[in-house]
Amino acid sequence: MKSWSEKLRRIRALTLKETRQILRDPSSIAIGVVFPLMMILLFGYGLSLDITRVSVAMVDEDASSESAALIGAFRLSPYFGVTVVHSMAEAKKLVQNRKADGALLIPSDFSRRWHSGDAEIQILVNGTDPNQARIMQGYAQGPIAQWGAAHAGSSSSFPAGPVVVVDRMWFNENNDSHYFLVPGLIVLVMTIIGAFLTAMVVAREWERGTLEALFVTPMRAGEFLVSKFLPYFGLGMVGFLLCLLAGHFLFHVPLRGSLFLLSLASMTYLVVALGIGLLVSTLVKSQFLASQLAMLLTFLPAMMLSGFLYDLRSMPAFIRGITYALPARYAVALMQTLYLAGDVGSVIWLNLGILAAMAAALLAATRLATRKQLT
Amino acid sequence: MGDADPGDCERPFNRPAAVTTPTSSPALRLDGVSKSFRRETGESVLALDHISFSVDRGGLAALVGPDGAGKTTLIRLLTGLLKAESGVVTVLGIDAAKDPQAIQSRISYMPQQFGLYDDLTVFENLNLYADLHGVTSENRRTQYARLMEMTGLEPFQKRLAGKLSGGMKQKLGLACTLVRSPELLLLDEPTVGVDPLSRRELWEIIRKLVKEGMTVLISSSFLDEAEACEHVLVLNEGKKLAEGPPAEVSGLALGRTFLAQPPDGMKPRDFQARLLAEPDIVDAVPESGQVRLVSQAGRGSGTGIFGGVAAQPTPARFEDGFMVLLQQSGGAKPIDAKTLQPEEPLGGSRNESVVEVHDLDRRFGKFVAVDHASFNVKRGEIFGLLGPNGAGKTTTFRMLCGLLPPSGGTLTVAGVDVRRASASARQHLGYVAQKFSLYGQLSVGDNLAFFARAYGLGGEKKSERIAWALSQFKLEPFVRLPSAHLPGGFKQRLAMAASLLHRPEILFLDEPTSGADPFARREFWQRITALAAGGVTVIVTTHFMEEAEYCDRAAILDNGKLLAQGTPAELRARAPSEEGRTPTMEDAFIAIVLEARGKPAGKSGENPS
Repeated sequence: MKSWSEKLRRIRALTLKETRQILRDPSSIAIGVVFPLMMILLFGYGLSLDITRVSVAMVDEDASSESAALIGAFRLSPYFGVTVVHSMAEAKKLVQNRKADGALLIPSDFSRRWHSGDAEIQILVNGTDPNQARIMQGYAQGPIAQWGAAHAGSSSSFPAGPVVVVDRMWFNENNDSHYFLVPGLIVLVMTIIGAFLTAMVVAREWERGTLEALFVTPMRAGEFLVSKFLPYFGLGMVGFLLCLLAGHFLFHVPLRGSLFLLSLASMTYLVVALGIGLLVSTLVKSQFLASQLAMLLTFLPAMMLSGFLYDLRSMPAFIRGITYALPARYAVALMQTLYLAGDVGSVIWLNLGILAAMAAALLAATRLATRKQLT
Repeated sequence: MGDADPGDCERPFNRPAAVTTPTSSPALRLDGVSKSFRRETGESVLALDHISFSVDRGGLAALVGPDGAGKTTLIRLLTGLLKAESGVVTVLGIDAAKDPQAIQSRISYMPQQFGLYDDLTVFENLNLYADLHGVTSENRRTQYARLMEMTGLEPFQKRLAGKLSGGMKQKLGLACTLVRSPELLLLDEPTVGVDPLSRRELWEIIRKLVKEGMTVLISSSFLDEAEACEHVLVLNEGKKLAEGPPAEVSGLALGRTFLAQPPDGMKPRDFQARLLAEPDIVDAVPESGQVRLVSQAGRGSGTGIFGGVAAQPTPARFEDGFMVLLQQSGGAKPIDAKTLQPEEPLGGSRNESVVEVHDLDRRFGKFVAVDHASFNVKRGEIFGLLGPNGAGKTTTFRMLCGLLPPSGGTLTVAGVDVRRASASARQHLGYVAQKFSLYGQLSVGDNLAFFARAYGLGGEKKSERIAWALSQFKLEPFVRLPSAHLPGGFKQRLAMAASLLHRPEILFLDEPTSGADPFARREFWQRITALAAGGVTVIVTTHFMEEAEYCDRAAILDNGKLLAQGTPAELRARAPSEEGRTPTMEDAFIAIVLEARGKPAGKSGENPS
């Protein structure tokens, strides 16, 4: 009994020390609070995968009422900013100077051929950003279809109104990329605090020799780990809260699943991240190496290979195979499902189960690797 | 995590600790202990080679030897943080291989880096260790009061440990190990880099503890500290050179130690070089204006004529015995400036000042690193900057070399204002940094070739200078060896060789002898003596006060302030002379620092209030 109360007292003392250090060390605050905020703002405002107000240079060689109406349709669209120029050469120049994202040519026979039913217009997009080019191509269908529908009635020679495809996007009706960026952001922030920051602070104790002094006391290795774990778990939850608030108030991302499950999933992933951080720093014992390793093992995969930015299904099979070993993959799936689709039982329990198993394995490995030994 | 809690340690401070085991068994004991490490290159280095050693309960023992002797390894074995490869380590009757936690719960250990948290206050650091050791709050009250009184940390309780001076940090480190009364206290080089005053205070605390019945083992590269202990283990490169009372080691030089007065007009360092060149002298070192020497064993002790001068017999010190021991184990004796290949002397008048520093000031934010220092150095002089860590020595150096802009004051080096034209001034300078700053992966030869080219040497001149450096510093056997693999002392030689390739007029050396053994330190100073004789101006920092004896003039720095400067004799004259012995440079340092601290801040500190 007495030994347990001693144990708790030691853990309390070490946790208090760690908390004080976090509060006093500007770099922990920077990584724990400022960094999540920066990520939120950066991904929230800087990296939006949606394209609005694509600037397009329009060349009207036809100069008919039909072509004017088509230009008007583009002008009305919220997705386009229109500049009318007089020649293709001029349009090309604008695209080259990045003043326009693409060009649209209405040929001189446009109205004539439209009446005979085979009108053509030419869309030129700047292919240096294929993603953007593809989206713009898709967007252009909108005003054209609109224009086509409006003119169908007025012209008797037009055989039939063009078929208008009506898209409906499920789960992200607004086609707003914040909807899937915010859930992924939670994972990213947890990764940084859990793995990266923790790896640094434990390695720092090895480097500065403070651990050597702590080891020659009644303190047990497990107690040391608990005292590192608790404060950074708290800091990670602060990061989680910041993301949650930003998602709700800044980006208006709806949360369709339960807050309880979202918190549970975040905590489980945070434990995994902490486990990686503690294990890495215990094994390498150098701040520089630990930070590089944590970056390589957790942060970059969480960014690239988790489904946060890039669709897992479009990856080569080999790379996709690798993602199954990455905890971030399961976490991103969990968060996106909880945010956008709701409490889908099958998805949630499977992913949560895998994360929990990973957390347990990592903590066990860390406990075994932490020895009161110098090498 | 389910391990039991064997040795619990709630024990009042004043009660003698040793109650759990019979007092007859020694406090610690090593039987034929060996330990080796694997270097990054894959080769195995024997850090301890079959060491047997024991310390009785209540004893004060010292572990002495140069860097790399195996002192830290031995102490870590005792703490159970390292495992011996062969042999048995027993601490307080417990086998360190079987139950390290039981030992760790009962002893206290201060590692070389103190183990303090810089971002916790003095009080919080103490509380952390008190909590870990399970000191009750009643015990804490009496204990802290005592520790505060002992260490003088009372006024600084709320200060962050990172903002304490070196000496204060070290005392706090010690206080943290004493939050309860341990049965055994292990201190790893607690006095390295701290000022002589703090060193003296620390030793007073240690003596007090031993008097109360605590067993203390302290490691040190200061040989004079061994003399204060009852029992000494002398280590060198993992091997035991001697074990026993310090008097036994000093006794090896018994009847062979003398003090000789240099002939008129001769500098002690030049006289020392002459003495070292004589075959019947084992060791010679300048001391308080004279030269202390140890004669060869066979020589009759009655005849006291050395180098044509009559010398007075003087009691042997531990260091004299240590030098005899080193000579017995290795056979060599320090190289002397006389036999070093002489270079064609540099030109220029000896009376000309080549370094002029006036009102030099450097601040980092609120922190004053160098506070209005003024001094000048003449051509061919050896000028020493003495002071503990944090005194401002390195900052001064960086400004002199044009590596750091001063906040105020003027600086002329080799006739050039360094603030305006540091690049051209640097052509006349050689700089050896405190840390080894050559390329570890390049071989010795490649490093020299690189630096020669960097200094603009080429062709004939370049190969000539490299050949000179290799022979002068005895680096020929290592030409092809990557410099990271050089033994410690040779790295320092290589760094010095590289800095001399372009024949600089002025050579800056930052803490060149820190951590070096007495033998290497002698050799280093012989090389410096030879350089100065060739007209090179040498500016050197050191925290070994006695090394000021090699200097023509020296300045004493403390907390960024230049407190005094002058010839070694002038500085020594500032110390109160005690009967029976001439004051040493360390006495002088302490007297000067105390005088400076005792006075109010203003220069005219006598205004009546």
